[in-house]
Amino acid sequence: MHEGREAPPRGESRDIGRAFQGGEENRAMDVVREAPPLVELRGVSKVYRTGDVEVRALRGVDLSVQPGELVAIMGTSGSGKSTLMNILGCLDKPTAGEYLLDGRNVARLDRDGLARVRNRTLGFVFQSFNLLARTTALENVELPLLYAGVPTRERQLRARAALERVGLGERLEHHPKQLSGGQQQRVAIARALVGRPRLILADEPTGNLDSRTSVEVMSLFQELQREGLTLVVVTHEPDIAAYAGRVVVVRDGRIVADRRQVPQAAVLLPEEEEAAS
Amino acid sequence: MNLLETLRLAARALLRSKTRSVLTALGIIIGVGAVIAMVAIGDGARASVQKVFDSMGTNLLIILPGSSNAGGARGGFGSQPTLTWDDLAAIRTELPAVRAAAPELRSNTQVFSDDQNWTTTVVGTTPDFFDVRSWTLAKGAAFTEPDNEAGAKVVVLGQTVVDNLYGAGANPVGQVVRINKTPFTVVGVTARKGQSPNGQDYDNTAFIPSTSFLRSVQAQSLGAYISGVVFVQAVSSSQTEQAQSEVTQLLRERHRLAEGEANDFDVRSLAELANGQQQSTQTLSLLLASIAAVSLVVGGIGIMNIMLVSVTERTREIGVRVALGARPRDILAQFLVEALTLSMLGGLLGAAAGVGVAKVLAAQFQWPMLVRPDVVVLALGFSALVGVGFGLYPARKASLLDPIDALRYE
Ligand SMILES: Nc1ncnc2c1ncn2[C@@H]1O[C@H](COP(=O)(O)OP(=O)(O)OP(=O)(O)O)[C@@H](O)[C@H]1O
Ligand SMILES: [Mg+2]
Repeated sequence: MHEGREAPPRGESRDIGRAFQGGEENRAMDVVREAPPLVELRGVSKVYRTGDVEVRALRGVDLSVQPGELVAIMGTSGSGKSTLMNILGCLDKPTAGEYLLDGRNVARLDRDGLARVRNRTLGFVFQSFNLLARTTALENVELPLLYAGVPTRERQLRARAALERVGLGERLEHHPKQLSGGQQQRVAIARALVGRPRLILADEPTGNLDSRTSVEVMSLFQELQREGLTLVVVTHEPDIAAYAGRVVVVRDGRIVADRRQVPQAAVLLPEEEEAAS
Repeated sequence: MNLLETLRLAARALLRSKTRSVLTALGIIIGVGAVIAMVAIGDGARASVQKVFDSMGTNLLIILPGSSNAGGARGGFGSQPTLTWDDLAAIRTELPAVRAAAPELRSNTQVFSDDQNWTTTVVGTTPDFFDVRSWTLAKGAAFTEPDNEAGAKVVVLGQTVVDNLYGAGANPVGQVVRINKTPFTVVGVTARKGQSPNGQDYDNTAFIPSTSFLRSVQAQSLGAYISGVVFVQAVSSSQTEQAQSEVTQLLRERHRLAEGEANDFDVRSLAELANGQQQSTQTLSLLLASIAAVSLVVGGIGIMNIMLVSVTERTREIGVRVALGARPRDILAQFLVEALTLSMLGGLLGAAAGVGVAKVLAAQFQWPMLVRPDVVVLALGFSALVGVGFGLYPARKASLLDPIDALRYE
């Protein structure tokens, strides 16, 4: 079923199948943890060479993320978080080590294969939103579906639904310039969602937002997690990391801490909500 | 992503910077317009020349007298009379491929009406001439064979002569004009014929019987020799060559030219003359069209330049698209179709401009309006080729961008 992995013995494979079915009926944490990991990094390192200078951005990272997890990645500036995210997002290749995404070795994919993975399996949310200017919110959200070859009508319906999902049903025809930062990031989240990916990668999604809007975004991420999506979120702020069930700390290209925690619920206080509306 | 989506994307990108798109397309507009206009002008000129020659008759031959080596000095054809009246009679009667033949004796002479005078070309000929040279009579009738035999003092005037002696629209039939002090009765007026290919006014002519010409107009007598050329009409266009060889054969026999001796005359068909003219107009229009084609290539370079700028400007957009799942070929198609749209748009506008210019020029020179559809298709095809050719490099460059570099591009 998953190429690029050695086939498990028959008996075991049947057990995993049963565990999956159990997971469908009863979403207990321990059952989820038994499922094969969605992301698996094995000894991944990344070396940048600029002239004579070698920068070792990642030095042997092992990391696995189970389906349905919301992982916060923290670390000081220059510690290698973005490098890690680029590799997770199949935008960059590790210098050494293996990356299995949904059981498949990404290194074996050609350019079209990578494009397909980015299109179907992954969803990106950027710190600077990266919406196309002079293009409406709806059209921005349609983009992944465009490259997936979804027919026009269905594409529009799904993009509209995704925007309604993030609370922007009224802003379909707005251009990014006509939206606030928080709204732009929500359009970007809708765009990351619309292709029904397995994994959402967000590199400092709240970096350009105020604290209230950041809570909104994290609340949305928690909702998506509850629906079964897997999310990896890079952040500088401990406040934001508190909303994740797992915090991974990176320092000098190495994972120095990896702990699970009870996530704080991202809800706006009633009076704040009033003030917002 | 399908073609329609890609086209829509290209249209939007181009509309975003309208001025730039129009200026870029201008190179192609001018190139295609110039090619179409040049070819149309060449074709128009050719057709107008053809029309003139056609109006003179495709079954027409002209016999030019020439000198033999008499006297040691060799003149060109037409410089010395070598054709006799007996030659003409033989050509008229003995040759099966010849329908008719008529001499043309010319003299520039003043013609007087009662109160006006006008210098015109007086042509002495026989009645067949009108048919051979496709002259029709607007008023009255041509002189006849008996008139010619009797040396009757009758004249058929061209329209220009009538205009100048009697005023436009007047009917001078029955009036008397004097040519070299000899009174001639006007018996007919020819229908207007216009100008010859080299700008001569055909209608500034007065026709009189050849016998009267010899007696009253020609200064010195040449006895048996014809002091002019002879026009020969073949029985049909397809028999023109046959007639040409018959005439040559006959004249060589009559002039007793030995085997290997050069002709002392020259028989030319008007088709030959027309072909010569056609060839030179064709060469000229080919030259003009190839210069225009060069400007198309220059237009293509303009497209490449702008596409390269566009790829650089939109590096970040390309990065976003790749992150969202665009394949290299999607990016390639996006920029290629954009270049193609620019060049095809330029091609269509250029074709319209070219047809317009050709129309204006055709009206100006009173040529038939000739825009060949194959030339339009060819020009459009070429501009598409230019779009693909010069768009490929920038598009390929875009499709090979590294997504991380592209996303980080400021
Ligand atoms: N393209 C590159 N070429 C050379 N060095 C690079 C490149 N990208 C990143 N680096 C280096 O790799 C190291 C890790 O960079 P990275 O962007 O992953 O850090 P980060 O943890 O995301 O930092 P920040 O929190 O500031 O975003 C840094 O020292 C950086 O200078
Ligand atoms: Mg970073």
